[in-house]
This record gives sequence, structure tokens and C-alpha cells, in this order.
Amino acid sequence: MIRARLTRRAFLRVGVAAGGGLLIGFPWAPGIGESGTRAAFSPNAWLTVHPDGRVDLRVASSEMGQGVLTGIAMLIADELEADWSRVRAKQAPAAPDFANPLMGRQQTGGSTAIRGFWRVAREAGAVGRELLVEAAAARWGVDAGECLARRGVVIHEPTGRRLDYGVLAAAAARLPVPEAVFLKEPEEFRLIGRSQPRLDTPQKVDGSARFGLDVRLPGMWTAVVARSPTLGGRLRGFDARAARAVPGVRAVFPIESGVAVLADHFWAAAQGREALRVHWDPGPHAGVDSAAIERNFAEGLAHGGVVERETGDVDRTVREGRFVEALYRVPYQAHACMEPMNATADVRADGCDLYLPTQAQTASQETAMRLTGLPRERVRVHTTFLGGGFGRRSEQDFVREAVQCSMKAGRPVQVVWSREDDLTHDVYRPATLNRMRGVLDGKGRIVSWEHNIAGPSILARVAPDRVRGGRDPTSVEGAANLPYAIPNLRVTYALVEAPVPVGFWRSVGASQNAYVTECFLDELIAEAGADPVERRLELLRDRPRHRRVLELAAGRAGWGDALPEGRAHGVAVAESFGSVVAQVAEVSIDAGRVRVHRVVCAVDCGIAVNPDLIGQQMESAVVFGLTATLKGAITVRAGRVEQRNFDTFALLRLDECPRIEVHIVPGTDPPGGVGEPGVPPVAPAVANAVFALTGRPVRSLPIRVAG
Amino acid sequence: MVELQVNGRRVEVSLPGEAPLLWALRDGLRFTGTKYGCGIGLCGVCTVLLDGEPVRSCLTPLASVSGRSILTIEGLSPDRSHPVQRAWIAEQVPQCGYCQSGQILTAVALLARHPRPTDAQIDAALSAVLCRCGTYPRIRRAVRRAAGLMAGEAAS
Repeated sequence: MIRARLTRRAFLRVGVAAGGGLLIGFPWAPGIGESGTRAAFSPNAWLTVHPDGRVDLRVASSEMGQGVLTGIAMLIADELEADWSRVRAKQAPAAPDFANPLMGRQQTGGSTAIRGFWRVAREAGAVGRELLVEAAAARWGVDAGECLARRGVVIHEPTGRRLDYGVLAAAAARLPVPEAVFLKEPEEFRLIGRSQPRLDTPQKVDGSARFGLDVRLPGMWTAVVARSPTLGGRLRGFDARAARAVPGVRAVFPIESGVAVLADHFWAAAQGREALRVHWDPGPHAGVDSAAIERNFAEGLAHGGVVERETGDVDRTVREGRFVEALYRVPYQAHACMEPMNATADVRADGCDLYLPTQAQTASQETAMRLTGLPRERVRVHTTFLGGGFGRRSEQDFVREAVQCSMKAGRPVQVVWSREDDLTHDVYRPATLNRMRGVLDGKGRIVSWEHNIAGPSILARVAPDRVRGGRDPTSVEGAANLPYAIPNLRVTYALVEAPVPVGFWRSVGASQNAYVTECFLDELIAEAGADPVERRLELLRDRPRHRRVLELAAGRAGWGDALPEGRAHGVAVAESFGSVVAQVAEVSIDAGRVRVHRVVCAVDCGIAVNPDLIGQQMESAVVFGLTATLKGAITVRAGRVEQRNFDTFALLRLDECPRIEVHIVPGTDPPGGVGEPGVPPVAPAVANAVFALTGRPVRSLPIRVAG
Repeated sequence: MVELQVNGRRVEVSLPGEAPLLWALRDGLRFTGTKYGCGIGLCGVCTVLLDGEPVRSCLTPLASVSGRSILTIEGLSPDRSHPVQRAWIAEQVPQCGYCQSGQILTAVALLARHPRPTDAQIDAALSAVLCRCGTYPRIRRAVRRAAGLMAGEAAS
């Protein structure tokens, strides 16, 4: 163990729980909690040790499938030396105390949950352990140094006496907060680093897990909203007579996003919306289609953009060797969470309760504060399970609708989006157009690399103040940080506005840019007649983490070994969110249909907190990435998103799923991200295999090959 | 008012006969374990068993199932002890969990018909239900494990 000063001791609170247990909380936001006293202890406890020995943990990050409820609980419980079989974890309420230290807000995204809470969650657990040990030592009248905490029990080593945590909790709650605590060295972890079953699995096999759509409140109405069919259209007027005549329909009224139809149940609300006559002003984008948007991107490329990275002299080298140029296109993508967007709000004069499948508790709370005028402490956010998130549930559109409906209806309202609503009113992964230029010298070495990106900016929509001089760092993730040792290199970005709203989509900029860069790299390697793995390893000579995952994936995949007739390997490596992932895909083409038979994935994410969960997330990333690689895209025609349901926006099905093998590089560095980093290499690994099979580079997604 | 037989119990629901079974279960009877995903019978997350056969409850009119036996995820076992549920836990299948009721009931129906399914049969049957999280590799393993558990129980 190493003695470590508490990072935020001034804000740490220890107190007595209802029922006499030990409570430990970390009010984070400066100014909140500083005046907190024991008497006014924040109810937002990270951990509670009950007198009967049960341990309750509150997890600030949203459980959307990535296993964070289990992962964060493991961090706390390991340092607490809790008995894992007695640990329960629940979603925390919205409170400044629960802000993710990496984001400054309570939000789940950017693969930051484990990274953000790595230190503070373990400190909370360690404080609990030390207070319980101290309480036991005082009870026995011995030195705390002679006592040891193990699995929910304090042991006096010289005499073998033992006291259960539950018995000690009340006394521990009255001790002062230590200045510093012992934190475990990696080899001392007992939960971290070992696969633990997910805490949420039992509820997810018997139908009892409560998602946003499963919230049922007394007196609640269900609302569906008629929204503009065109991007940027506006409501002109509506005739609700037929809608109101539908049995079960209770109210019809306009809200900010359209016309809400409220009913006793979803079916009546949906029928009511069908019967509604709405007059829309189609707005300024009614003539827009995907081709027009791409022409704008091409114009953006022609005008040039801001330089995001430059080394050497790209312009000079262009004239000195074999020159390769290519245009790469990446389409818009929808999130398509299996649980469509929804929110439940109960706004009353004295307060507001929100039941949300949200990735953004702070933003949701503030959305309701703005709309209702209620102060923060009167807006309670109850985070349900999320039926998928992938970035979509950081948005506030569905929250606004529920709050507005509940305010107008004067009762609890659940707003439900149909699948059609969900796909046509998403905030989409940006489409981009990329011009790539590379130069090989006489020996086939890559001496120059230029990547010009044109496309819309996510930050321009969600945080315009963070876009300065046309720069959006999320747009060049995976491009500006190209890991390869190439002496002359330039990456530019041209921000091109488009009427299609864009948002964070699992792995964000890296999801497009790794595809573009890793595929163009294979084009240059092919031009040089070199091997994709060997050449990458040479170009990664200063990048040991990249080399390790690449060697691991290639080795386990049998790179270079003979494959069955008609199959080929493709490889890609990408760093994102603090982790590096390499994948080798084994692919064949059968009557124009790309089949992925096997994906070998190697990941370096530092300390592997829960290896089986990391395996799950890599499998998940491969399947998610394959949908964007092989299946659909979002396109626009006459100002409307064309894809409305899973017939036109298909997702990968089980019979198309390859064998997926995951290998984790053992690490002792603090954890990297896990939820997203598996996505970026998928498309290029598969596309590079198709390139190897056909000899034709794959320069746009989804992959289409001639039959 | 339509009378239904859900999870072995006779219940009444006050939705119109043309309303889909899905909404009768979720909104009328509060069996929220059955999920809404697409409403047009493509994603399979609304799957329930009708006289043992998997059906898309989002496309099944309420009036058409009056008096027939409907099994939802809530009725599969009182304590998650059904071999398919045990296999799902052992293989740690669920991620977000939203589609899993549909996956599990589809697997139950497959194993009733084919107690020792081939890989091709598993792929064919379970391709009926979409999973955006990508739990497919574990679903394959869990179905094989469940088949083994059921064979073991039948033998003992």
C-alpha cells in the first residue's frame, strides 16, 4: 500500500446513516458542501455501510450496457475491503457531488467513467476501510496498525479477534476524516483485475430491470409528439378534432418541438397522432439532399481549412516521389438505441421529478430548472437503466418535451418516441469528405501524408463557445494524432455547416478518421508492395503501446498464415480515449456480399478493471462497428431523413456476427477508456481485408462491392 | 375489455381489440418486461410466446389472442431458475439488457423445438431479435449452455 493524501479532503464528508450506519460522500463542486457539517450531511453518499453489514454504493455514471454500475462499484468495494456478495449498487441522484472529475459535470461519455472516478472512488472506499479499522482498534484498545480489514471484517492479527463491518459502522461514522489514506498497489487488488459478474445481470434476465419506458406513475399520461418531417421545419397550425375523438386521448397541445398528443396509453396516443392534421412550414432546408450536402463538403475542401497538425514540408515532398491521392467519404449514422428516446416528468409547483434514461444528469437537471424556474435542489433526477446510449442520451430534446408536457398537462407525463421518431430526429454521427495525399520515396517509404477533412462540427451545435477559428477538436480525433512516423505531415479541417444535426456517436471523430487513415495507409503500403502489419510496426517504432496490440492481434489471428480460398485478412490499429486497440478481420466476399468470419481484437487499456467486461465491450464495439461498416447509412432527400425504421436502417443480425476473440495486454498504468475504443478499428480492418481480396480500395462506407 | 391468459393467469385488459398485444401487456397490464423496439415486427424485442410459439406482440392484435396462452419474460420462472436464464447469467450475456426478454423467449422456443440445436439452427432462430450492444457471441454460447442444462435435467 502507498500512503496518499486525499485529493479533496476539504470536501469529504463522513456521517451517520439512517439506521445507524456509516456514510461517506464527496461533495465535489467548489462552494457546494464546503459549508456542510455533520448535522447537515449530504444525503448523496457514495457508500453506506449498514449495521447489518450490507454495503450500498451509489454510482454517478449511467448504466447503458457498458457495465459501469459494476465497474465503479468494484473500485469502491476493493479499497473498502467489502464483502462483494453483500454489495449493492444503485444509480446516484443528480447532484454536484457526483460530477465526473474529468468532465466537471455528472455525465457519462467519452469513455471517462472509470478514468474519471479511478482515484476518487477508491479514496472513498479507503476512507471507509480506515475508519472501520480505527473503530475496531478503539473497541479492542489496540493499535490500529495491528488490525487488518478483509472482506467485510476487521481482524486483530495478534489475537485473531474479528468484528464485522456492520457492528463497527456506527462508531466509525463518528471518527474524524483522515488526512491521508493507504491506497492499494495494483498487486494488492482483490476485485480489480479479476472478472466479476455484472451486478445488473439478474434483473436483465427476468424482465425486472426498469428502463425509462418502464416507468409507471399514478395518473401518468403517455405523450407522442408530431415533429416537423423536414429538417428545420416549423409548426404553422394544427387541427386536433379527429385526434381528440380517438378513445383514450386526453389532450392535444403544441410544445416547442411540435404537437403533443397525450393519452391513457401509447396506442391511443399513437392513433391520435395519426388522426392529427398538422400544417408545417417546411423551412429553409426542404430542398436539401445528400448530394447537395456533399457538394458543400467538396467546396469546403476546395477552400481549405484550419491546420490542425503540421510537421515537415508537405508541399515540397508532393513533387518528389510517387504521389497517391484519394477521396474518402463517410456517411451520417444514427445511434439507433434499442430503447427509443423517452422521458418521464412529474412537474408540480413545489418540485419536479424526472425519470430518465439519461447520460447527462447535470444537463437534464438544468434543462428542467430553466423550463420550470425551480431551484436545483427541487429538481430530482432518477436515472433508470438506459436501453443503449452511444452518445444519443446526452441530448436534452426528449427531456424538454417531457417537462413541457407535464407542465401543461399538470400531471406526470411520459414522452415516448416511436422508432420512426427516433431515426428521423436523431443527432447523427457527422458525415465527412476526406482528401488524402501521400508520397512514397524511391525505396517505397512514406515520406509525406496530407489529410484534409471537410464536414460539420458537433461542438458548433452543442458548445459553440468551444469552437474557435473554425476548430473542433472532436472532428480531427484519430486524424491529427496519427501515430505513424512520417516526416512530412499535415492535417486540416474545414468546418462545413449542414442542416443535418450532428452529435456524439460512440467513439466520435475517431469513428470516421480511423477508417479513413487506416485504409489510406493500406493504399500506400500496397503501392510500396509492403506487408500491412510489418510496415505499420516500422512506422510505429516510437509507439510501444500500438506495437504491442498490433503484434498481439496479428499473432493471435495468424497474420501471414494461409487462409481458406477466397478469404483475406485486414488489419487496423487506433488509439482513442486513452486506450489502443488493434483488430484483424478475416473476410470473404460471397456474391457481392461481404462476410466477416472472425475478428481478433487486442486492447491495451492500462489496468484491466474487469477483464470480462472489457471483453464484452470489445465484442460490443465490433458488432456496433460492423453495422456502420456493412449495413446502413443515413441519407437525406427533400430535407427529410430517408431511413425511418429497421427495414431501411438495418442493424447487424446474429447470423452475420463473426467469431470475436479479445486479448487484453496486461497493464499497470491507470485505466484507459473501454466503451468506445473498440469501435474505430472495425471499419478499416474489414475494408482493408476487402481491399486485399479485390485489389480495389474501399473509399466509402458502408462497403459495397460489385457482385 | 379483452380477456387474456398471461403467464397462467386470467386477466382483463381495457384496450380495444385491434390494439397490439404489446401495449396491452406494457400499458394495460404493466408487464413491462416485454419491450417496444420498432412496432413493425422487425427487431423482435417484443417477442412473447403464444401457445409456446414466438410471436411479435407489436403486430399481434389483442382480439386475436383472447383465451390463448401468453408467456412473457415475467412468467418464465419465479426466481430466474429457468435453464435459459441460468445460462444467460453464466455467460454474462446482457449489456444494456433491453432486447434480452425477446432473446431469451426466442431461445426458449428454439430449445422446445430443437433440444440440441445445431449452430445453424441457433443462428437462424436468434437472428430474429436485434441487439445493438452486440451480445450475439454470448447469446450463441448461452443457448448451447442452456441446451446442455436442459439435457442434464431431463436425464436426472
